[in-house]
Amino acid sequence: MVEAAEPSPESAVGHIDEDAIVRERTGLAWVGGSVLDLLGAARAMYSVFVKTLYYSVRGVRRPGAVAQQMYEVGNKSLVFLCVVMGFIGMILVFQAGLQAKRVVPDLSLLGATFLELLVRDLAASISALMLATRVGAGIAAEIGSMVVTEQVDALRMCAADPVDYLIVPRFKASIVMTTVLVVLAAGVAFTTGMLTGYAFFDINPRTFVNMSMVDAGDLTIGLAKCVAYGAAIPVVSGYCGLSTFGGSEGVGWATTRAVVNASLAVIILNFFISGAGFLIFG
Amino acid sequence: MMAGSVVTRALQPFAALGAFFITTSEVVGGMGVMFGRIISRLVRFAFDRSELLKNLYKMGVKSVPIVVVTALFTGGIMVIQAAPLVQRYGAHGLLGWGAGFGTLREIGPLLTALMISGRVGANNTAELGTMVVTEQIDALRALAIDPISFLIVPRFIGIVTTLFLSTVFADALALFGAAYAGTGILGVEPMVFYNGLTSGLLGLGDVFHGLIKSVVFGIVIALASCQFGITTSGGAPGVGRAVNSTVVVSAAGIFVLDYIVSFAIG
Repeated sequence: MVEAAEPSPESAVGHIDEDAIVRERTGLAWVGGSVLDLLGAARAMYSVFVKTLYYSVRGVRRPGAVAQQMYEVGNKSLVFLCVVMGFIGMILVFQAGLQAKRVVPDLSLLGATFLELLVRDLAASISALMLATRVGAGIAAEIGSMVVTEQVDALRMCAADPVDYLIVPRFKASIVMTTVLVVLAAGVAFTTGMLTGYAFFDINPRTFVNMSMVDAGDLTIGLAKCVAYGAAIPVVSGYCGLSTFGGSEGVGWATTRAVVNASLAVIILNFFISGAGFLIFG
Repeated sequence: MMAGSVVTRALQPFAALGAFFITTSEVVGGMGVMFGRIISRLVRFAFDRSELLKNLYKMGVKSVPIVVVTALFTGGIMVIQAAPLVQRYGAHGLLGWGAGFGTLREIGPLLTALMISGRVGANNTAELGTMVVTEQIDALRALAIDPISFLIVPRFIGIVTTLFLSTVFADALALFGAAYAGTGILGVEPMVFYNGLTSGLLGLGDVFHGLIKSVVFGIVIALASCQFGITTSGGAPGVGRAVNSTVVVSAAGIFVLDYIVSFAIG
């Protein structure tokens, strides 16, 4: 599911009138047009992905650029991610505790179940959704501004492929930093969850910290998700940034599409990796 | 000279901390003032009706595909996550309850809000930001048209309505997706799933719990996107930065308020 590039901006009020083109296509033409747009976008995104992989192996190595992107992706997301994951930990334990009390009076396994869920899914997926908004929007806004101010064309004139020069450092940085941030985020969420359990349900922290339910399968699924999300976010949002057109409005549109498509990519990848993980590890 | 730079460097963390608090209070204060202005127009019904209809169509109807995809996959994910627990305890009848309470109370409103924040909130900022950068807002003022009544209030109502209706829709679709994912993965019949859903462990209270949250999230997304859109500066990169700040502030606001609202209504 990809939001296709919007039609060109032509409107009296000044914002892109996305209905103008859609109104011309009715019925079957609309369905066909949407499918073609979707396939075109998917193909372009796939080609960016393949190019990124190719240049990651064969391209010029720029450790400085990668380090700078790691700072942009990782360090600058730290506070945001800690706040969000801290609240997620509190909310989940609070809601789960309230519900579980209706069925079983004994909450001693809440911590173990919570930890398993965090490792398997929630730490990686919720952090990735947050990174998709923060990092994805950032990448698309930056690359989009470069496209609009013709800096990307200048790159092409210098025989530097924009994918190699702009997306590859972000790709490498994002894979490493997503994994690091997810591990940290899991720790933050588990700590705040533990405190909530102690404050509202009188669960002793010693009982709450129970790793008996986490096995190698859970860890594998969690790490596979980190890598998959870390790879998907820069590729999707980089593609959205590179396909910008049409001035400041275009940059806004590109950023919007980056956020939506990167979030959808995370949700869809989550579904498939979780499904595969369940079938493999049970 | 040397001592001065050492002192400056030592004070840098505090300066950064102070700057952080000042920016945060600026954003929160700006959103508060905006909210007050919106309310003052809302009680007088002073807003543009045709703009409202246009926004409702553009925000609500156009977001349906994204909401559908997100909700169906979310339902599936909920079942996959609950599957090991269900198999371990053999509690197939409780699958509906587990997926239901998770979806209705938390994941449904939360994920819908995040997607709408990306699709509608970011879009809204981009649109308003472009209008600011191309001086269209100044043109409105020059024509003695109140930008808040004409642009902001219709968008505010549009976003809140869209998110509320999308959440209702997403809750239903996610449960539908979960029921069929349960059949596919665990072999739990959809009827067993629906029985678990309606067996009395879940009530209307759980549904309203999620819906109240969705209204609060809608207000946050609307305020953040309008505030950052209307205060955009600095051409095309400025619009990109404004959109970026909108999604970040909306997401943080959603999670913080989620906790506060969950706790307040229990």
